[in-house]
Order: sequence, then structure tokens, then C-alpha cells
Amino acid sequence: MDEMRYEAPETLDAAVALLAGADGDARILAGGTDVLVLLHSDMIEPGLLVDIKKIPELTSIAVEAGGFRVGAAVSAMELVEHDAFSKAWPGVIEGVKLIGSIQIMGRATMGGNLCNASPAADSVPALIAAGAIGTIVGPEGRRDVPVEDIATAPGETSLGKGEILVSFLFPPRPPHSGDAYRRFTPRTEMDIAVVGVGISLSLDDGGTCQAARVVLGAVAERALLVEAAAAALIGTPLDEAALERLAAAASAACRPIDDKRGTKEFRIKVAGVLARRAAQDALERARGN
Amino acid sequence: MARSHVTTTVNGDEYEFLCDAEQTLLDVLRDELFLTGTKEGCATGDCGACSVMLDGRLVCACLVLGVEAAGKLIETIEGLAHGDELHPLQQKFLEHNGAQCGICTPGTLIAAKALLAVNPDPSETEIRYWLAGNLCRCTGYDKIIRAVMAAAEEMREGRS
Amino acid sequence: MTITQDDLRFDPDRKLKVVGTTPIKPDGVDKVTGRAKFGADTHLPGMLVGKVLRSPHAHAIIKSIDTSSAAALAGVKAVVTRDDFPELPPGEFRDISSNCMAREKAFYDGHAVAAVAATSERIAKKALKLIEVDYQVLPHVIDVMDAIKPDAPILFEDMVTKGMDPAPDGPTNILQRKEFTMGDVDAGFAEADIIVEREFDTKPMHQGYIEPQACVANFTEDGQTELWCCTQGHFVFRTRLAAVLKMDISRIRVTQSELGGGFGGKTMFYAEPVAILLSRKANRPVKITLTRNEVLRATGPVAGTHSRIKMGMTKDGRFTAAEAELYFQTGPFTGSAFANAPQAMFTRYDLQNIRAVGYEVVSNRPKVNAFRAPCVPQVVFGVEGVIHELARKIGMDPIDLRLKNAATEGYKTIYGATFGPIGYVETLEAAKAHPHYTAPLGPDQGRGIATGFWFNRGGETTASLNITPDGTVTLLLGNPDVAGSRVSICMMAAEELGIPVDKVRPIIGDTSTLGFNRVTAGSRVTFSAGMAIVLSARKAIETLCQRAAMMWDVPEDGVVFEDGHVRPASSNVGDFEPLSIADIAKKATETGGPIAGHAEIVAEGAGPGFGCHIVDVEVDKETGAVKILRYTVVEDAGKAIHPHQVEGQYQGGAVQGIGWALNEEYIYDKDGRMENAGFLDYRIPVASDVPMIDTVIVEVPNPLHPYGLRGVGEVPLVPTMAAIANAIDDAIGIRPRSLPMSPPKVLKLIEEAEMSRDQA
Ligand SMILES: Cc1cc2nc3c(=O)[nH]c(=O)nc-3n(C[C@H](O)[C@H](O)[C@H](O)COP(=O)(O)OP(=O)(O)OC[C@H]3O[C@@H](n4cnc5c(N)ncnc54)[C@H](O)[C@@H]3O)c2cc1C
Ligand code: FES
Ligand code: FES
Repeated sequence: MDEMRYEAPETLDAAVALLAGADGDARILAGGTDVLVLLHSDMIEPGLLVDIKKIPELTSIAVEAGGFRVGAAVSAMELVEHDAFSKAWPGVIEGVKLIGSIQIMGRATMGGNLCNASPAADSVPALIAAGAIGTIVGPEGRRDVPVEDIATAPGETSLGKGEILVSFLFPPRPPHSGDAYRRFTPRTEMDIAVVGVGISLSLDDGGTCQAARVVLGAVAERALLVEAAAAALIGTPLDEAALERLAAAASAACRPIDDKRGTKEFRIKVAGVLARRAAQDALERARGN
Repeated sequence: MARSHVTTTVNGDEYEFLCDAEQTLLDVLRDELFLTGTKEGCATGDCGACSVMLDGRLVCACLVLGVEAAGKLIETIEGLAHGDELHPLQQKFLEHNGAQCGICTPGTLIAAKALLAVNPDPSETEIRYWLAGNLCRCTGYDKIIRAVMAAAEEMREGRS
Repeated sequence: MTITQDDLRFDPDRKLKVVGTTPIKPDGVDKVTGRAKFGADTHLPGMLVGKVLRSPHAHAIIKSIDTSSAAALAGVKAVVTRDDFPELPPGEFRDISSNCMAREKAFYDGHAVAAVAATSERIAKKALKLIEVDYQVLPHVIDVMDAIKPDAPILFEDMVTKGMDPAPDGPTNILQRKEFTMGDVDAGFAEADIIVEREFDTKPMHQGYIEPQACVANFTEDGQTELWCCTQGHFVFRTRLAAVLKMDISRIRVTQSELGGGFGGKTMFYAEPVAILLSRKANRPVKITLTRNEVLRATGPVAGTHSRIKMGMTKDGRFTAAEAELYFQTGPFTGSAFANAPQAMFTRYDLQNIRAVGYEVVSNRPKVNAFRAPCVPQVVFGVEGVIHELARKIGMDPIDLRLKNAATEGYKTIYGATFGPIGYVETLEAAKAHPHYTAPLGPDQGRGIATGFWFNRGGETTASLNITPDGTVTLLLGNPDVAGSRVSICMMAAEELGIPVDKVRPIIGDTSTLGFNRVTAGSRVTFSAGMAIVLSARKAIETLCQRAAMMWDVPEDGVVFEDGHVRPASSNVGDFEPLSIADIAKKATETGGPIAGHAEIVAEGAGPGFGCHIVDVEVDKETGAVKILRYTVVEDAGKAIHPHQVEGQYQGGAVQGIGWALNEEYIYDKDGRMENAGFLDYRIPVASDVPMIDTVIVEVPNPLHPYGLRGVGEVPLVPTMAAIANAIDDAIGIRPRSLPMSPPKVLKLIEEAEMSRDQA
């Protein structure tokens, strides 16, 4: 571990240049709640840390095209305090609120949660369910990608050298839409998801499900967008039979491992249970607006 | 070796220090500024013993770099009392025996103060969830929660 | 006539002014302002940072250690390995030494193998990476029952089991066996109409104190050592350090810091001798602060256990016999205090026929350390489960069954003592009368109760009380205050002297200020130091009376001490205005010098403590998650000197037990490395996991203590896991027999219960 350099550029271009020009391991520092833990346990030894919190595009929340654009380095606490966003995407907020303690939320960001690429990241299933688009800027310019295509495996993302995730675009929502996130942990707080389920759905005026996205966390190498689970809901009033099919489809999609946080068998079973509960939460919200 | 020169404000006083890039704000407070009231229980964000306010946000000092403190306003336990007048939270922790061994107490007090700033009348459940990041192994939390409720009540009365 | 310990008897008619109230504790303000100095808060000029290199292997021969590159790194001032530790004959001190620094073998993941002192943490960490250790990795064994299998990897080829006749021939991991019996167990079982026999497993857990161990050592050129550290017993540390480092006891001075939690885990040192050796080599002060990872991997776990427990009962609910076979996982060295378990597990029942056998077993885990009632909660988890089943079998209320079999005054225990007045029956009755016990339950909810016992302890204790010239009082105490003992001791001094408690200021002296004190553990301190301070106060009062008599020129027996004043014993003595302590202190120089009292005792007469816990749980039948809805601790304190401190003990113990019951466990990978060495995955309860913990303080005074005190530090943990398991049974119809009762395990039990219901 030789000297590590810390830089806090104020523009995106400067940040990209620093990252692209670095030889050796260069890391982005957002809230630092993953990076600093890894750094101090000697799991990573970067030569350069690029703090992105001074870059305006990364730290602002704006209304755009009837939806929201949220900077990737907005802290969880700030997002939770944003009333309009919280009203529009209560499921995303549920995920964000589960990231660590109030202290952790004061620093942690959705960008970091996604790019740390833990399959158990709590905001990610709801982000994917929401159909959020990630805007990435790098040496080659700017590109937009669906959130589900960013984290690929534990600790790995599809970002290239010098690329930074700048913001998330949340599309506008049709009426009668709702989203929800549920996770299972042994403790009520301060725990990493054993299973997480994010669901976003829209109903027609008669209460029939028009569209749905169902995403499972912590049951595979990355968050899984499960089409069969969504299909179990679409075209139904989310009656008992549909929920039963949803639970079965969710369990069937799991390909978990046994690890210190849970067993395969347990994860598979609980994924179904949580999918059903999350769907009921989302349904209630959709009916209410 | 090049250490960074940082100027920051702690409890209203300006401080300058030198630090390595990887040193945390917690290391700096304790080992460079000798403000040892902020405690280390884990250094990984799990216990909350190092809770401080950073520009008005509750954070774990062990997950903030010292260099990030440049130009920021930091509040620690050492700044909670005004002169010889204890903060109502401190007073209620004394009366309710909210501090047993006391190692978690500074962090918990800072976190509780942050709660009461945004929610002057929290329910028991709200206090429990807000303080979930402040581990205490001694008290079973009961007396901590009661002390926070009592302080909140007193502060509400003081305000009206 | 000088007063002794034997004169300190409980006086039921005494009117109390201070004892039983809840003043703010003298250490309170420092703790809420951040002033209190804990282990890591000491800074000395020129201080170096010490860091320890730890074995990544669970079991390995250390063939060689090359420290040359580390020593050559700029900024490194000293390196220490096993070669720097004195050779010691086999026995306790060699074990302690080998746990602080591995010798021939590393016995667990995290075992210390070398250490450095450097001018910064960064350099120290870098130096550790330069140390080359050549390990020959050996097969390892973690679990206690795996360790006694015939083909288990053996930790010590030459180990001969103690207490087994004949000792097993050939290599073994069984370190020792201890058997306790009373009466005729076979006859007892023959008398029984119902017999229940079950096996139970508990996982090792960690004391989980929030303050990692930290120390600063300063070894001077003339061979003196100063040590600042967080400890539950600085006198004991000093004695053991002297033995381990082969130094004179008087050359070591240990100053204890405020203690950020210990619960038994800080009764033994780890990095302290390493810091002393580093300081000796570097000729500078050295500070070592353990990281949380080191705390979890290398310090103080609690023994995991396997137990078989059998009890017999007549059909009208009278216990006839009990039998137990118990296995305790101790790490590589003895230290589990496992003999507590067979002696305490059934003690509270009027049982005449008991046989309990315990085995202490070595395995590749850190050496265990004490934790509130060492080794007892693990086996009470089983005993109270068997009794829970017995109650079910005859349809009797679980408290009534315990009342029917409750031990009372005069019961002769398995460890030989005969109970004096005890409060088990009163505790059970208070639990039964508590509204919690009869409150309605909702669906998927269940209620359980369980009870526990702890001996409580006395032992060597010293104290000194000085009356200052203005009549205020200072106390010098020899035991670290782990949770409110200081205030209680001040209160007893104030009560004795008839002065307000804020006129009494305590300090805890370093090891050079007082005679030897045993560790703060086993619920002994408020009891023992209370006795020592009462004795000191009464000696001071004797002097005060003499001085007053001198001032009035009357015979000594012509004065009495009452309400903080010396008065004439009767009007015959003369008409004198009562003299306050301040009045007498002011004249001390003229009447013979400063006034003080001190005591050096082996405190005796600790009174046994009993508790009964009531808990309601709600089980999520789809996930196995258990939520604690309501919790009540009922326990006999003898006398609560400061009720808040006592409640704090009850509440803290119960919540530690909730953690042990539901989630806390060590998780190892296939190579025996701990996978959850941090508070995110070693899951102690957080505030939102638990409800308020209701408490009922029962007070059946201990006649052998001046204020009737027992001890309250241990019992609150003892019945917790059993009570929760019994409540889970009530909710799901099957009684868990393995800890922790984590969601996957409870979910499996729910499926089992459903299956057996379907079959029925
Ligand atoms: C005590 C504790 C509890 C926790 N609990 C939870 C929990 O319950 N649920 C949960 O999901 N997580 C939890 N976490 C993990 C962590 O807090 C989250 O993953 C958090 O969202 C990370 O955000 P950050 O801004 O702190 O990321 P950082 O640590 O700053 O970064 C994380 C990673 O993402 C990269 N990165 C960050 N931002 C960008 C960007 N804009 N573009 C490209 N790469 C980027 C970094 O280089 C790094 O590799 C916990 C952590 C701690 C310490
Ligand atoms: S020391 Fe920072 S959270 Fe524990
Ligand atoms: S009072 Fe000891 S950890 Fe909270």
C-alpha cells in the first residue's frame, strides 16, 4: 500500500480525465460506504480515489420529461427527503431506506449501491422494476442503458475504464401505478438482504394489471428481472391465483448459493413469499392513485 | 510523504491538520485533534459509536475521509453542551441511566439530537429505527429510548 | 474492638435514606460529554502504534518466522514474535502466554503470530505484510462434537484427559471431565412416572462489547512497566502479566480505563503483554488497539455446547431425578469454567438425585472467555426445555410446576452449600402475578417462561475511605466499574455516614494504590466492594466517635453516631450540640490526625440469585422470523441499592440473550476461517429488534450483607434463550433445541410441525 491520491474534481470532464488517465487501480468515491470499508480492510489498494460529490450533475434531482432525473451521487437521505420523488416512487424509497443506518444513508448513494454490484443491493431491484435508465459518461461520450444492464456479477459492472454513472432517469408513470420493495433480513435493520423483491405495476381503470416488472435480489449473481413472474400478474386483478403463480415463478427463477447470510433452500422459499407481499403492497398503492 | 493540509470547523472552532489520503475523519478527530469523545467500535460503519454531524447530516466519522472534511462544519459530542449547561438529551441520559458503560453514548447522543431536529415528537418505534445504527450492548436500549423520549418532551415544552 | 466482616449483618429495621434511591452516578457527566477516558483514549508523547499479525489458518505448525524485512522498514521500531516471550512450564501461564502469541502452532484463525511497533499505523500495517511466516497447515476441527469423534484432528498429541479414570488411551481432544452427583439417580428415575430426555446444541457467541480492547504500555529503562488498558480486573492482569513475562509484580503498574463493556470478556488480556514487549524493545510507549475484526476472531468467545439432559417426574408433578452429560468447546486452552454448568443447571429445584457430567473439549477456535454466568445459560436452555415439556405432559401451568419443585431455605445444593433465605419462590410468585403472564395473545404468537440461578460471588476486595477536612468523603476502590457499581458503593458509604451521596466521590485506583482485588465478574463487586466500603465507613465512624469524645472530654462510650452526627449517648453524658462529620474533621489535626477507614477482605456470604423471564413472540410462519413482542424480567436482587442500575442489568442481560437466542453465531468457511467477523454479519440486536424490557425487582434480603444485597449481573442472561424457545413452541407447536433459532431453522421446524400435524 503506497500512497493513495485523493482528488475531488468539480466537473464531469475532469473526473473522466482523471479516471481515464490513471495507471493502476483508480476508484470512484461516492458516499464511500462500500469503498472505504474495502479500503480499510485492505481488500482494495487503489492508487487514486476520485470523489464525485462536487460535480453538480451527480448531486442534483430534477424533473425531466414528466419523470425524474436523479444524480447518481445524491445521498440516500436527500432522496428520501425529496417529497415529490418519494410520492412517485415509494418502492424505490423503500429500497433506499433500507441501505444501512441513518448514518449510512447520510452518505450512501444509489449510484454506489448499483456500481458496487452486490447482488443484495437494496435499491437495485426497485430501480430495475421502475424501468430506470442509467446515463453514463466516459472518454467515449455519453450513453443511456437500462439499469439491469449495469451490474453484471458480484463486484463487476459493464462500465468501461473512465466511465462514470451520472444519473438515473425515471420515466413518467401512468395513473394507477404502484411500486414496492420488500426484503428479508434476520434483523430489522443493519443487515444485508437474504432475499429482496422489487415490483412495479400499473392497472387499468378496471383494476386489471396492464404492466408489471418483478425483480429479485440476492438470489443470483446479480438482481434478476423475472419476466415469468411479471407474466403471472399481467392481465389479472392480482387475485389469489395470480399471486400464487407469481410466488411460484419467483421461486423458480432463483439460482442462489448457500452463504453466510442464508441457505439456497431458504432463499428460494422466501423469494416467493416476499414476491407475493411486495405485489400486494404495490397493488394497494396502484389502487390509491 | 505528501500529506494533505485541511482546514475545517469543529464545534464552531476552526482547526487545521495534516492527514494521509486514507485517514478517516474519525482517525483525524481522535489522533490528530485529540477529540477522543467520538468513539471507534468497528471502523466499518456498523456500530455508530463514531457518529458526528457533517454539514448538518448524521454520518459515521469512520466512513468519511479526513480530506473530505475540508471546508465543512463538523459537530461532535464535545460541542453538545453549552458551557456548563448540558443539552437536555445529556441531562435525560443522566437521569434515566441511559449510559451504562458509556462507550456508545456519545454517538447515540449525536444521533438522537439529529432525530429531534427533524422530528421533535418521535414515537418509540421511530426512535428505535432511527437509532438502529447505534449499537449498545449494555442497556438493552430500554433506558436509552426512555431518555430520548423524555428529552424530546422537555425540548417541546421549552419551545412552546 | 475492631469491626470485621462478620459484624456486617443485614438489619431489616434500619431506616434507609440513600439506599434504594436513584441519584445520578458520579461517572455520568463524563460519559455524556465525551470526557470519559476509555481504553483507546490514552495518548502519550512519542507513542508508537503496535499491530499484530494473525494466523490465517485454523490449525498450522509455524515452521519459521522471518521478520528481517519488516524490521528494516523505515519507521519500524520493534518486532516481537514467540521468541521474545519467556519459556514457561506447562500450565495456566504457559497457556495464557501461548494464546497471546502462538508458539509451535497456530490454533485458530486470528491467533497472534508476530507484532510490530512503528511510528504510524500505515507503516505498521505495511510492516506486517513484510513478515514471512512459513506455515504447515494441518486439518482442523471447530465443532465440539466433531472434536471428540475418533478420527478428529488432534490439537495436542500429548494431551491426557484429566478427571477420567481410566484416561482414554491414545490422542484425544477431551481436556478434562468433571462429575457432580448427589443422591441416588437410578432410584430417582425408578420412582418417576414420566421421563423426558432430550439433546440440545448451542452455538458459541461473542460478548459483543462495543469497545475493542486497547492498551498503552510504557516500559522504562529501569525495568518498570506502566500499562493503561480496559480491563475487568487490573490487579489480576498485573499478577498474570508478571507470571507470563517473568517480572516482579511490583514492577508492573496497571491503570484501568473506563470500560466500554466487558461482560466477562475483559477478564483476560490479549495484546497487553505484546505491547509491553514491544515497548521494551523500542524504548518508547506503544499503543495497541484491536480492530473489530480482531476482537471477533481472536478474543473472548463463549463456549458452544452439546448436552443431553434427562429428568424424571411423578404424575402429580414432583421431580424425582435429573441427569446430564455436557460438552463444552473451550478453544485450544482450558478456560471455559465449564464446572459452573453441572453445579448450577438444576440448582433452584428441590432435587435430591442428580448426576451431571461435564467435558471440556479443545478445538480450533479462540480460547473461550467468561460471559455472564459462564457456561450456565447454554445448559439452562436445555433444562428449562425439558421442564417445559414435563409441564405440557401433565397439563400443569409452567410456573406452578416450578413452584411445586422450588428449592427453599435449607436445601443442600449439589456443590455442598446449604441455601439460606433465598427468593426463588418469591420470584416465581411475582412472575405469576404479573399482568404480562395472563395478557391475551394473538394469532401466531406464543408465550414462554424460564428460570435461572447464579451463585453470586465474593472474594478479595480492598477499599479505602478518606474524610476530607470539610467533611466530604473520597473513596478509593480497586474494581473497575462495569456497570454502575461506583454509584452504588458511594450510596452505601453515604448511607453509613449519614451524608448526601454527592458528598462522596469515588475513584478507582491503579494497582499501586490498594491491595489485591479479584476481577469484576460473577456479580461480586457491588456486593464485595459494598462490604469493604461499609467496613471502612464503620471504622471511620469509630474514629469519629473517639475524636468527638476527645473534643468533649467524655468517655468514648458516652457518644453515639446517628444521622451523620456524633451525639451524647444520653443526657447524663452532658449537654453537647451534636457534631457533624465536618465539625470533627475540621479539628482532626488537633485530635490525632486525618480520619479514614480502610478494609482488606475476602468477602464471604454472597447470596444466590434467581430469575424468571416471561416472553411473548410472534412467528412469521412463512419465513421463520421471530419477533420479540413483550419481555419481562423478574429477579431477586436481595436489595436494589440503585434500582436503575439493577434494571439496566436485567434489561441488558435479556437483550444479549435475545441476540444469542435468535441470531448470534460464528460462521466458518471450510478452512476454519471466520466469515462474519464484523457487526454487520455478527448480528447483535439493534434498537428496532427489541421491545421495552419490563422489570420486576424482587427483594429477599441476603442476611450476610449489611444492605441485603445479592448480585444482579449474571442471572438476567441465564433463562433468556430457554424462555424464547419455550415461547416459540407455544406459537408453532415444536420446541427448538438448537441455537440460534434463526429464521431458516425455525422455518424448518414449522414445516416439521405441520407435517406431524398432518400425519396425526
Ligand atoms: C453498515 C453498513 C450497512 C449497509 N447496509 C446496506 C444495506 O442494508 N443494503 C445495501 O444495499 N447496502 C448496504 N450497505 C452497502 C452500501 O452502503 C451501499 O451499497 C451504498 O449504496 C453504496 O453507496 P456509496 O455511495 O457509499 O458507494 P461507494 O462506496 O462510494 O462506491 C461503491 C462502488 O461503486 C463505485 N461507484 C460509486 N459511484 C459510482 C458512479 N457514479 N459511477 C461509477 N461507479 C461508481 C465505486 O467506485 C465503488 O466501487 C451497507 C454498508 C454499510 C457500511
Ligand atoms: S466506528 Fe464508525 S460505525 Fe463503528
Ligand atoms: S452503554 Fe455500554 S454499549 Fe451502550
